[in-house]
Amino acid sequence: MGEEKKKASIKVSPELLELLSKFQEIELEDVDIEVGDLEIWLQPTTAVAAPPRVVAPPPLKVKPKAILEEDFIPPIEEYSGSVLEVKLGATKGEGGSRGKTVMIGGATSPAFYMFERPPPHAPVVTLDVFDMAISLPKAIRMHVQEVMEDTAAWAKFAVEKFGAEMVTVHLVSTDPLIKDTSPADASKTIENVLQAVDVPLIVGGCGDPKKDVAVFKKVSEVAHGERVVLSSLTLDMAEAGILGDVAKAANDNGHTALAFTALDLNQAKELNRRLYEFLPKDRILMDLTTAALGYGLEYSFTIHERARIAALMGDQELQHPVLSGTTNSWAAREAWMKMGPEWEPRELRGPLWETVSALVLLLAGVDLFMMMHPAAVKTMKEVVEKLMSTGKARPEKIADWVTVKI
Amino acid sequence: MTEREIKKGIKELSPIDVYMLLPRTNCKECGEANCMAFATKAVNREVSIEQCPPLLEKKYEKAYGKLREMMAPAVKEIIIGTGNHAVKVGGKLVLYRHEFTYHNLTPIAIEVTDEMAEDELLDKVRKADGFSYNYIGREVNLDMIAVRSTSNDPPTFKSAVEKVAKATELPLILCSFSPNVMEAGLVAIKDRNPLIYAATENNWRDMAELALMYNCPLTVFAPNNLKLLRSLAKTMIEYGVENIVLDPGTFPDEGLSDTINNFTMVRRNACNKGDKLLSFPILGTPITAWIGKKAPEDMLAWKEAYVASMLMSRYADILIMHSLDGWVQLPTVIWRFNIYTDPRKPVAVESGLRIFGEPDENSPLLLTTNYALTYFTVESDIKAAKLNCYLVVVDTEGISVESAVAGRYLTAEKTADAIKESGIEQKVKHRHLIIPGMAARLSGEIEDLSGWRVIVGPRDSSGIPKLLSEKWPPKEE
Repeated sequence: MGEEKKKASIKVSPELLELLSKFQEIELEDVDIEVGDLEIWLQPTTAVAAPPRVVAPPPLKVKPKAILEEDFIPPIEEYSGSVLEVKLGATKGEGGSRGKTVMIGGATSPAFYMFERPPPHAPVVTLDVFDMAISLPKAIRMHVQEVMEDTAAWAKFAVEKFGAEMVTVHLVSTDPLIKDTSPADASKTIENVLQAVDVPLIVGGCGDPKKDVAVFKKVSEVAHGERVVLSSLTLDMAEAGILGDVAKAANDNGHTALAFTALDLNQAKELNRRLYEFLPKDRILMDLTTAALGYGLEYSFTIHERARIAALMGDQELQHPVLSGTTNSWAAREAWMKMGPEWEPRELRGPLWETVSALVLLLAGVDLFMMMHPAAVKTMKEVVEKLMSTGKARPEKIADWVTVKI
Repeated sequence: MTEREIKKGIKELSPIDVYMLLPRTNCKECGEANCMAFATKAVNREVSIEQCPPLLEKKYEKAYGKLREMMAPAVKEIIIGTGNHAVKVGGKLVLYRHEFTYHNLTPIAIEVTDEMAEDELLDKVRKADGFSYNYIGREVNLDMIAVRSTSNDPPTFKSAVEKVAKATELPLILCSFSPNVMEAGLVAIKDRNPLIYAATENNWRDMAELALMYNCPLTVFAPNNLKLLRSLAKTMIEYGVENIVLDPGTFPDEGLSDTINNFTMVRRNACNKGDKLLSFPILGTPITAWIGKKAPEDMLAWKEAYVASMLMSRYADILIMHSLDGWVQLPTVIWRFNIYTDPRKPVAVESGLRIFGEPDENSPLLLTTNYALTYFTVESDIKAAKLNCYLVVVDTEGISVESAVAGRYLTAEKTADAIKESGIEQKVKHRHLIIPGMAARLSGEIEDLSGWRVIVGPRDSSGIPKLLSEKWPPKEE
């Protein structure tokens, strides 16, 4: 004994066998047992011990002669809470100029628990465009190269070519560390986009709290009535004492706020409480932070599951639809970097990275996705459509998958 | 109400509940200081109750039995394979990841068929066996081989199974709905404890006999029919088969919604409703994305990949996949690694000063956060480039640079303190700090608070060597 995987063929009594079955490992040294006629395997010092191998099965009461019919009852649960419905964009009749509006939220069960209560609205994808040519991974750049210099053209391209239901305009050029363009310039950009496309808009800031507040205030006025989403309002703004200014501007001009917090539900609740002073509840969305696959996506996944369950259990401060900045997936180097030949082509690896991130968050309850790669967006839409309709499984399609030639 | 329902949920189980059933002699044979310490670890699943030697004595038989029932996971744990390569599947305690860490990460079985040419077959097996990716200092691998009988011919299957078993020690899944074919495969690898795939409403009796005769775990397959799945499970249990795996069917196209819902209902029934018939591991088959072959191969592999990640997020305990392509498997195995980590702990490394190579008083000082993924990425880039440098790791509570800056876990104050505490000021003559590109926003404040000049580094640490070659040593101003 002692050597790994040495086969020991010994004879043992049923009692010993019973005892052995309770132990993961057993050491037998210089043992010579001769009872019964069962053969077992002994595998000392293995990581996972296999069950003792018995050739002769234990005698049974009575073996069934036909399938024992059992019933199945879907495990339905009741919840006291539900997610708010939030309307994005406003049509002419509603004081804006959008061709159509988008409704999200309203969940009364965890994501796609169709057996329990199907969601009233399908999750939606909004495509990212930027107000200047920024550095993008090659796999994305190749699809948008021709329009990168013109924000309105880029937005139009996203809608017409990629079928975007919404567009997010990221005003990165306003960043004091980049071009420091003015709130007036930013507003002009938004006006141009509003004219170029008729889908609802999200207006993204640069991440500098003071600058974003100045830009969002101006944009709110220019886009009066369009019910755009301001992305995003933060606790940093609250700390700087300027959250009220921008939240009020959003409310006065009929817009929606995206409340951003970094993977912390207590902070998310706190920020929402502050926003309730200025905005009706159905004009607040949450961004709980989306980390890239391989770089913390599991934290995002779990915080979304927790937020959604808390909302359904009745936590009113978390009953807002949630948005994911899924484009963040591209922050993972595995999404864009040239790796060894066994991991190529990265032209597929990258968009798959974004797709997988989006789909796992879809199952965690995210309502609105900021995305970028056309293939990821297309897959996302197809999967959402499939998930929204049940009862289409046809057993005969896969019943014989074992013998199918691939 | 079943026993399971009145039994305390895994989350509510307290160390006291376990302690009360232990011998309470504080004998320390388990290696813990006392029985209470052992009970605490047992509740956290850091030790198994079998690691208490006295508990296994005859006089504690009853208490042991009660403890086993109390600690039993909602989903039965099943072992496939033998020896070092055996995999444990199932053993799940909870429905949602935040309730308690998911146990036993989903093994991925790569499929081969008994009609593949020998060199093709062995090549695929060896490739699956050798699959390896270093992710944050850990090696990620594929775990099993599934051999399908497309020939439906017993000798052909037997020969293929023998070849595969010889080429790899990975655990095997034998796939055929024909009992004759299955037996031919089982005979070939009696001692390998493979998973039998599968018993259906047509062949269940013969498959049950085989499972008993060869003492192997058995899959029951009832595509989109949970009533039948429960009936088959019940029948197998009564037949004497203990180790059961459930396949409710994977429909990658029309029926994806049913697939996700079936998996979810099975697991919810097991975890929250005490349904003993569904308290077994679930097997998913993303390989079904390849059926029909109407699209180009890349499209099918793409679909297989995303279905795999979706199924793992919704409770699949084993997956059978066709594609071995790196771009397909990489996101799959990384997502798998991620959701099986402990959700209570951010993956953090120790903060403080790290020294690489043989730096001197003129060597550069870099900065990063203590999020393990960030840290290991930076570390591997520094090592790969053989740089001589210092690295200050700031405690950001295990949050990555970008999120830490946004969430104020990485601030100028924390950075200044970390520099001071690291003792780097006695080690280098210069006062130039290289910060991550994602923290560029903090440059000014860091300079004001720490007194160090800031050089903004690349947004991705793969750019560090280039940055140093261009900007180090810094020009005196």
